[in-house]
Amino acid sequence: MNMLNSSTPLLKARNLTKRYGEHIGCQNVNLDLWPGEVLGIVGESGSGKSTLLNMLSGRLTPTCGQVLYRRDPSSQLLNAHHTQTTETGNETGTHDPDAGLEIDLHTLSEGERRRLLRTELGFVHQNPRDGLRMRVSAGANIGERLMARGDRHYGHLRTTALEWLDKVELSQARIDDAPASYSGGMQQRLQIARNLVTSPRLVYMDEPTGGLDVSVQARLLDLIRRLVRDMGLAVILVTHDLAVARLLSHRLMVMYHGNVVEEGLTDQVLDDPHHAYTQLLVSSILQG
Amino acid sequence: MILQQDATASVAQETETAPLAGYNFAYLDESSKRMVRRGLLKAVAIPGYQVPFAGREMPMPCGWGTGGIQVTASIIGPDDVLKVIDQGSDETTNAVSIRSFFKRTTGVATTTHTKDASIIQTRHRIPEEPLTEAQILVYQVPLPEPLRWLEPSEQETRMLHALEEYGLMNVKIYEDIMRHGTIAMSFDYPVRVAGRYITAPSPIPRFDNPKMHQNPALQLFGAGREKRLYAIPPYTDVKSLDFEDYPFTVQHWDEPCALCGSTTSYLDEVVLDDKGTRMFVCSDSDACQATLARKQAAQETHNQGTTSSNGCEA
Repeated sequence: MNMLNSSTPLLKARNLTKRYGEHIGCQNVNLDLWPGEVLGIVGESGSGKSTLLNMLSGRLTPTCGQVLYRRDPSSQLLNAHHTQTTETGNETGTHDPDAGLEIDLHTLSEGERRRLLRTELGFVHQNPRDGLRMRVSAGANIGERLMARGDRHYGHLRTTALEWLDKVELSQARIDDAPASYSGGMQQRLQIARNLVTSPRLVYMDEPTGGLDVSVQARLLDLIRRLVRDMGLAVILVTHDLAVARLLSHRLMVMYHGNVVEEGLTDQVLDDPHHAYTQLLVSSILQG
Repeated sequence: MILQQDATASVAQETETAPLAGYNFAYLDESSKRMVRRGLLKAVAIPGYQVPFAGREMPMPCGWGTGGIQVTASIIGPDDVLKVIDQGSDETTNAVSIRSFFKRTTGVATTTHTKDASIIQTRHRIPEEPLTEAQILVYQVPLPEPLRWLEPSEQETRMLHALEEYGLMNVKIYEDIMRHGTIAMSFDYPVRVAGRYITAPSPIPRFDNPKMHQNPALQLFGAGREKRLYAIPPYTDVKSLDFEDYPFTVQHWDEPCALCGSTTSYLDEVVLDDKGTRMFVCSDSDACQATLARKQAAQETHNQGTTSSNGCEA
C-alpha cells in the first residue's frame, strides 16, 4: 500500500470534455490516479462513463482538456530507443529522473500512443471479441504484444503463454485452441492475460464482468483482485454494477449526465451517498 | 481475346516486326503508361511500399496477370527482349498468351532464354539463372497485402505499415509453427524489404526468397485486381521473416530433377498415373533444357575422350 503514498500521480486528467455537437459526452472531469490504485467509475448507461474511459486511454480525442501520463522511469532506455526510431522526440512535459517523463496522451503521435497502449497500458473490453483475435490460437493472442515488442523466440513465447494461462486459471492444454471455442468467462480471462503479459502499469477495464453469469463473475473478480494486488497495477474500472465497484475499487467516481457528481473512497460513497443521484443508485440495489 | 490468339497465332508470326494496327504501342495509351510509370518511380523510391494506382481494364480477366501486364506495357520499349514465364515454364497457357499479346501489340523480340531477355514477366517463380543489372523482373501479384490474412481492414493495414507495427506478421508464423511444428508457408513467404516494409513476394515458392536479396535486377510488382504497385530496387536487402529458434529455410528435395539431374533447382512434382507414380522435374523449363544441353555436350566430349584414351592404351 506504500505505493498509494507516492507523491506523484500516474495519470492526471484536467478539464476533460467531450462534446458531440450540441450533445455533451462528458464535461470538466478532473482526476488523479496513483500507482497501484483502483478507481471505479459508476453511473447509468449514457452517463459518459465509456466516453471518459476512451479519452483517458487516448483512444478518443477530447474536445478540450488534457490527459497526462507519467511514464515508467525504468523504461528510459526504451524511451531513448523510441524517440530515436520514430523521431518524435519533442514530447511535452518535464523530465524528472525519479518520477519518469510526464506526457500528454493526446499530443503524442499516433504511433507513440499505440505503442504505449500495448506496452505500459492495457485495455480490457467488455466484449472479449473486441480485444481478442478470434481466429488465432490462445497462445498467439497472449504472445502478440510480446511479438510487437520484438520478441522473436518461439520457445520463450510459448513458455510465457503457458505461464499466463496458468495465472488466469485457464487449462494449459487449451493453448492451441482458438478463443472462439472458449466460453465467455474464459475469453475474458484470456483477454486479461493478453493485456497483462507486458506487465503494464495501468489497465483500463470497461465492464470486465458484463455479460457473465454470477458464479463466473465472482471467480473473475477474485482473479482480477489477485492480479491487481500481485502486480501493483493501477486500474480504471468502468462499471454499472455497484457490487463490482465495491469489491474491486479503492476510490469511486459517480457520473450522471456527463458530469462527475460525487467522488471519494468507495465505502464512503456507497455507505453515505450525498448526491441525490448516488442515493438513488445505491438504494436501487436489490437487497438480499 | 486469349483464345482467339491461338487461332490467329500464325498471322501474328507473319507480322512479327509490325505491331497490330489500330492499337497504341503495347496496348495501353500513353497517359495510362505515364501514370503507371509515376507509380513505379514512387515504388522504387520507397522499397516495398504499396503504391495505389488507377489500374486499367485489360483485355483479359483479373487473375491472368493484368497487374504484371500493365507494368510490362508501361516499361517496354521497341528494343526490349521479352520473356514470360508461368510457374517457371515458358510453355504454359498464361505465358504463351501474354508473350503473344506483347508480340502482337509491340512487335518486340521475345525469347525463352533467361540470359537474352531484358524484361522477364513472371508468375510465381524467379528464374534459376542469376539475373543481371540490365534486366527487369516483373511479378504478377494476386494479393499484395501480406497482413491481410490477419487484418481484414485496409485502413488498419495501412496504419500498421505506416507505424511499422509488424508484430502481427509473426503471429501468423507462430500459428504456423504451432500447427505444423515448423514454418509451413511454402509460397508467398513474407519478407522485410530494406529493413522497413513487410512485403508479399507474390506466390513465389519460398525457395526463391533468397534470390530477391541483393539481386542486381530491378524487381517490379503489379497487382491488377487490388490496383497496387511495389518494387524492390537492385541490390536491396530482403529478409525473410522467422523466429530465432525457427530460422528461415528453403525447401529441398531428396532426388534430383528426373530430366536434367539438377540438384540445385526448384522441382515440381508430376503425377504420372493413377498408381501414385510420380517424378520430380525442374519448374524452370529454360534452366532445365540448358542443364540438359550442357550435360549432353559434356557427355559427348567425355565419350570422345574415353574412346581416344582407350585407343591410346590399346
